[in-house]
Amino acid sequence: MTPSGSKKSPSQTSASDAGVFVSQEDLAGVAKRIRRHIVTIIGKAGSGHPGGSLSAVDIVTTLYWKVLRHKPADPHWPDRDRFILSKGHAAPMLYSVLAECDYFPVSELTTLRQMDSRLQGHADRTATPGVEMSSGSLGQGLSFAIGVALAGRLDSKDYRTYVLLGDGECNEGQVWEAAMAAAHFSVDNLVAVVDNNGLQIDGPTCDVMNTDPLDKKWEAFGWHVIEVDGHDFTRLSEAFEKAKTIKGKPTVIIARTTKGKGVSFMENVVGFHGKAPDKEQLETALKELA
Amino acid sequence: MPEESMREAYGKTLVELGKTNPDIVVLDADLCASTMTKYFIQEFPERSFDVGIAEQNMIGIAAGLAASGKIPFASTFAVFAPGRCFDQIRMSIAQSELNVKLVVTHGGLSVGEDGTSHQAIEDLSLICSLPGFTVIVPADAVETAAAVKAAADLDGPCYIRLGRPKLPVVFDDNYRFVPGKAVAMRDGSDAAVIAIGIMVAPALDAAEMLAAEGIKCRVLNMSTLKPVDEAAILKAAETGAVVTAEEHLEHGGLGSTVARILSQKKPVPVEFVAIRDTYASSGKPAELLERFGLTAQDIAAAVRKVIKRKS
Repeated sequence: MTPSGSKKSPSQTSASDAGVFVSQEDLAGVAKRIRRHIVTIIGKAGSGHPGGSLSAVDIVTTLYWKVLRHKPADPHWPDRDRFILSKGHAAPMLYSVLAECDYFPVSELTTLRQMDSRLQGHADRTATPGVEMSSGSLGQGLSFAIGVALAGRLDSKDYRTYVLLGDGECNEGQVWEAAMAAAHFSVDNLVAVVDNNGLQIDGPTCDVMNTDPLDKKWEAFGWHVIEVDGHDFTRLSEAFEKAKTIKGKPTVIIARTTKGKGVSFMENVVGFHGKAPDKEQLETALKELA
Repeated sequence: MPEESMREAYGKTLVELGKTNPDIVVLDADLCASTMTKYFIQEFPERSFDVGIAEQNMIGIAAGLAASGKIPFASTFAVFAPGRCFDQIRMSIAQSELNVKLVVTHGGLSVGEDGTSHQAIEDLSLICSLPGFTVIVPADAVETAAAVKAAADLDGPCYIRLGRPKLPVVFDDNYRFVPGKAVAMRDGSDAAVIAIGIMVAPALDAAEMLAAEGIKCRVLNMSTLKPVDEAAILKAAETGAVVTAEEHLEHGGLGSTVARILSQKKPVPVEFVAIRDTYASSGKPAELLERFGLTAQDIAAAVRKVIKRKS
């Protein structure tokens, strides 16, 4: 299974017949296509969350193209690695990734947010092939991911579980309940990634509710912490590889990102957290992402 | 009637289920000695997760386990689930259509001395509002064991509400619980009392008292509150007068459910034995049930009243 427009790298051999692997150079091209999908489908829907979708693209592209063991033709394959989107408002990003991986046709992406579409406004596990968890109410994904990871351990399966959180989402108390529990249960087949874009709806996170120092918080909760540039594919891949070697505790990758990444007038602009581009803005955005 | 603990019945049934079904896992939030999941935790430590005082996290972990093929039983007090973690139950379990079993204890006023913070009198309203949930309120220890077994076999989210005190045993060991089916406890043609949970035994007592006055009262145990046995409710209404009895606020529980159905399909006078729009107090369970109108005498008075309203 190879996503459209990408090619399997001969240097990559998978432990199983699953997974999609492309070369490092191609990742940037894939990510750009995903960003184009995101702005296009949010623009067409007339509502949605471009900022936090764009900030997470490179993280999730790295996961689906370089890290995850998965079979798009068999979304319920019991041995698949799991990706859980806790920040459910980034659903347009996840849908674009899944479509590029052939979980469903790319042509379906433009049904985003329409009545009866499989692509609901926020991620819905009952609707979309490849979506592991329903999200949208923040703070719940890490707990869910612990359950998935514990089930893997109970079943002696070697799949790994990845969960993406927002930095603003780390305001939620449940995140820290879960952080405590993951370390307590030594869930080392679990990796959390914080999309640390520094903004939330009401403004910069440092002004609204300061989450700093995130690294020290996670460390104090018993996690192995890796900090990385969330737009550097090489560093991201290295971080995910390093996480596989950490035993006895969970790993968190704190990825520094830019909200709205890739579209100049959306970058670091709070207003584009939950606002669709208008027609003119969409044209400009697509030119920039050409 | 001899009395037995529903919580003990739950704990022991879980162990029984755990022996035959390796997919059953148990979660608790620092209350395993009260909810009685402790028996399972002792027997199957590797399949047990005490998450500490963190109910929201417990719900999420349970959902993740269920999404991966496990059958999680998650337990705490009824005030904490659904109260403490309603949004987690809503999104991670109900909207996600996941096979999580919430078995909660210390439901209702009969918690007693711990007072209002610990008396769950809103939980049935909250949990019944969630599409897809099966909601069961057993009447005694025998029905508790049967309902827990049935819940394990049901595919979908399930809420079972248990009480704290020992309760009179109203069923014998041959009792077969069928989810979604009301149980006719006593026949009668003058009025019908539909009761759940700890109100079933007093409903039977009330029927006995009324029989001495020549009033023949049907008694139904509506242990599955959702999906409710509509046919049984309509049949009860053939008596021309209905009384509901629950250890819960009158809003959103059994009474509301029965009234909704009857108002549409068979309007008859209905009286509600339930807690009015108020919080209670610390006190002994029996004192509280008396103060807040949840005794056999209250049920009998409601039956006399509803019969007077028959056209």
